[in-house]
Amino acid sequence: MNARATPTLRIEIDGRPVDAPRGSTIAAALGLGASRTSVSGQPRAPLCGMGVCHECRVQVDGIQQLACMTPCREGQAIRTGDARLQALPTGDAAPPEQRCDLLVIGAGPAGLQAALAAAPSGARITVLDDNPAPGGQIWRSGPRHRAPGACQGLLDELARHPNVVLVSGASVVGLAGDRALLVETARQGWTQRFAQAVLCTGARERLLPFPGWTLPGVTGAGGLQALIKQGLDVRGQRIVIAGSGPLLLAAAASARRAGARVMHVAEQAAWAEVARFAAVLWRWPAKAWQAATLFDPGFRPGAMVVAAQGGGRLQSVTLRTAGGDRQVPCERLACGWGLVPRTRLAQLMGCALDAQGAIAVDARQQTSVAGLYAAGECTGIGGNERARLQGRIAGYCATSTAEAPPALARGLAHWNRFATLVQDRFALREAATRLADATTLVCRCEDVALGALEDCDGWVQAKLQTRCGMGACQGRICGTAAQALRGWTPTPPRQLTGPARIATLAALTERQ
Amino acid sequence: MTEDVLIVGAGIVGAACADALAARGLTVRLIDARLPAATDAGMGHLLILDDNPAELALSSRSLALWRQWRPGLGAACAWTGCGTIWLAANGDEAALAMRKQATLAAAGIASEWLDAPALARAEPALRTGLAGGLRVPSDAAVYAPRVVSWLLARHPGRIAFTPARATRIHADGSVESSAGRLHAAQVLLAAGLGSAALCPELPLFPKKGHLVITDRYPQQVHHQLVELGYMASAHQAEGDSVAVNIQPRPTGQLLIGSTRQFGVDDTRVDPALVARLLRAAMQTLPDLAGARAIRTWAGLRPATADGLPLIGPHPKRPRLWIAAGHEGHGVTTAPATAELIAALMCGATPTLDAAPFRPERCLAHA
Repeated sequence: MNARATPTLRIEIDGRPVDAPRGSTIAAALGLGASRTSVSGQPRAPLCGMGVCHECRVQVDGIQQLACMTPCREGQAIRTGDARLQALPTGDAAPPEQRCDLLVIGAGPAGLQAALAAAPSGARITVLDDNPAPGGQIWRSGPRHRAPGACQGLLDELARHPNVVLVSGASVVGLAGDRALLVETARQGWTQRFAQAVLCTGARERLLPFPGWTLPGVTGAGGLQALIKQGLDVRGQRIVIAGSGPLLLAAAASARRAGARVMHVAEQAAWAEVARFAAVLWRWPAKAWQAATLFDPGFRPGAMVVAAQGGGRLQSVTLRTAGGDRQVPCERLACGWGLVPRTRLAQLMGCALDAQGAIAVDARQQTSVAGLYAAGECTGIGGNERARLQGRIAGYCATSTAEAPPALARGLAHWNRFATLVQDRFALREAATRLADATTLVCRCEDVALGALEDCDGWVQAKLQTRCGMGACQGRICGTAAQALRGWTPTPPRQLTGPARIATLAALTERQ
Repeated sequence: MTEDVLIVGAGIVGAACADALAARGLTVRLIDARLPAATDAGMGHLLILDDNPAELALSSRSLALWRQWRPGLGAACAWTGCGTIWLAANGDEAALAMRKQATLAAAGIASEWLDAPALARAEPALRTGLAGGLRVPSDAAVYAPRVVSWLLARHPGRIAFTPARATRIHADGSVESSAGRLHAAQVLLAAGLGSAALCPELPLFPKKGHLVITDRYPQQVHHQLVELGYMASAHQAEGDSVAVNIQPRPTGQLLIGSTRQFGVDDTRVDPALVARLLRAAMQTLPDLAGARAIRTWAGLRPATADGLPLIGPHPKRPRLWIAAGHEGHGVTTAPATAELIAALMCGATPTLDAAPFRPERCLAHA
């Protein structure tokens, strides 16, 4: 669709009027601008595009919010930089408590499918999702990206079930006691009580530190794709895409469609690995077709971006191939190293993880905690088709005592094999974990450099002695990096999944 | 190698004792299953405590010693001379503040009564309607884990650390541990609540506390703000209680306490109690409502029946010494505790009267 045909609305960023396409997020409206200043005074801009890194926290009409999770609205006043302490605007009090029988967390393919499979039981079902609209990362919609037919079909079907309530823009921020969670939207907070739950919390990108990775203009690969779908204008921009995994090609395709000039797609895996991956793709025709449509002329296996340069924002990257290093001038670098399951909430709720760090589930998709189910990427990276099958099994089993229908189980086994293939072929090469030097920041919230971690022999010591992982994202970015770089196992938090408004925590009342 | 003193527990009290003993020329080994500095529930508030003369003597001597340490503390120790303002909600609490001021003055500690307008000028973010506040400018705050690292590095060659769990203290003074049997001339038990596991006759019990810390904000709170009801809550002997205690960290974060729970010995966060604490905190500081908490946690204070720590030799077990039971004030009182232990162990005359802290007061039947 022609960008110029999209209706726009006007917001204000730091007092300056900005026209943004209707339906875009504030992160997209920021364009090439910074969202905040780091602890050591560096400008920062949106990085993950999906509510994980907290680099894009800004003040929206006086309330601190993540720009990448907040839709633009006419007349909004955005302030970048430091937030002040201030009381909440009044008049938006939510009922302090909500109850449901089945709580589904996440409205991506797995969550929507789980809710739909559970709906005929008549159970009161609530689906919470922190994005502005349902669909998850893969079916993310925005001003120039309508949700695909499959997603719309599920939403239409769900709408026919009056016992299903879907709440967008609602984040689960922490535990509220037994079978209860703290939930907040931009303006309200409440306690959500439930009898059973299906966790469909998806995945996030593995982002690894390298010199220059904190420059505005550097995002995740999936991060760039998410931002483009949110309405980010990349027309005419030179973009390098780097890292590892099938997501790179998807990001490249999104960037090209949005009018960017994709200079290179640097895949760390060797040609041989990529070829072995492609050679067996025929077993999953949908994926083979997808790969064919995504193929990019700039695709370079065995290549890596080892550094980014720029004064105040990205101006070039150093691309390393077998032929040596060279500088590539560009406005954006999108760099991701595959996906990791989002398991923080599950860990808080006591669910065991498997050897790969995903939520462990049985054949009924039940976790180690009775009554808690999990489906989709949070149980292992395996794509949309696998997530949908798992969601159907979880929704069915959560509302029935029967075993999962055999046809679903067989289908799942097929897609589990695909998941294993992706994991094996795009395994992280050691070189990717050696890009950072002593001065490279590992923790972007507290600006802790790799050198400061040298004397630490574990995650807890690093936190206590250097403040690594002690900032707003609570170690989600640097904890994953420390795991890859140092082999440390970050400890899960005690109550909160991430920053939560004091008012939300305070709203919890004793159980009646 | 056999050290002069083996210290079980490498928290702030153990580290301060190691430092004081090493300063007297002794060699010391600390043993702890966790990292040195794994202080759980401390706020790092250095405050004068005046509920009884012994507490006042221990805390004011400690504050003086903290001031001696201060020039050597690096930026990472996060010393802030923020002072404390004790908030008086009404006339009764204002009268309490006046009495407190008199007690402090008698001990040579300056404080200043701020009436309602003066309090509002000093801390504009506070709610309106408070009767006033008592400002104690000499109080301060630190980041204790880094202070521990600093203490352990002050006397190179004289302080060693063994990362192991002590499992038993033998009659001959040796200590059984996950790293084998360790020998020393003297053993000092400074393991907080864990001390009772190694020396069951110690009458220590847990008082569970919760803390909440916010994201960074431009400094809008300038003093550590404590409800005058805090001391009443601190000395309450049963039930769950909440007393607002808000500390501005040099990072711009606000550290929010405090809760007290009895008969609970796990460190799980109780969301309902955190909520109660934060409702009270929001009442004191309304702008907190829109701030973001980034972490909540809980820890166990090692409490004694009379509210005073156990400092000194074990009355029945030769070669065993105790420095435990500091409740929520171990960071404040670690330096004077260490000074006392070092003097007693070396046969020197202590600066403080040791009698009120002697372990035998609680070990009559041991």
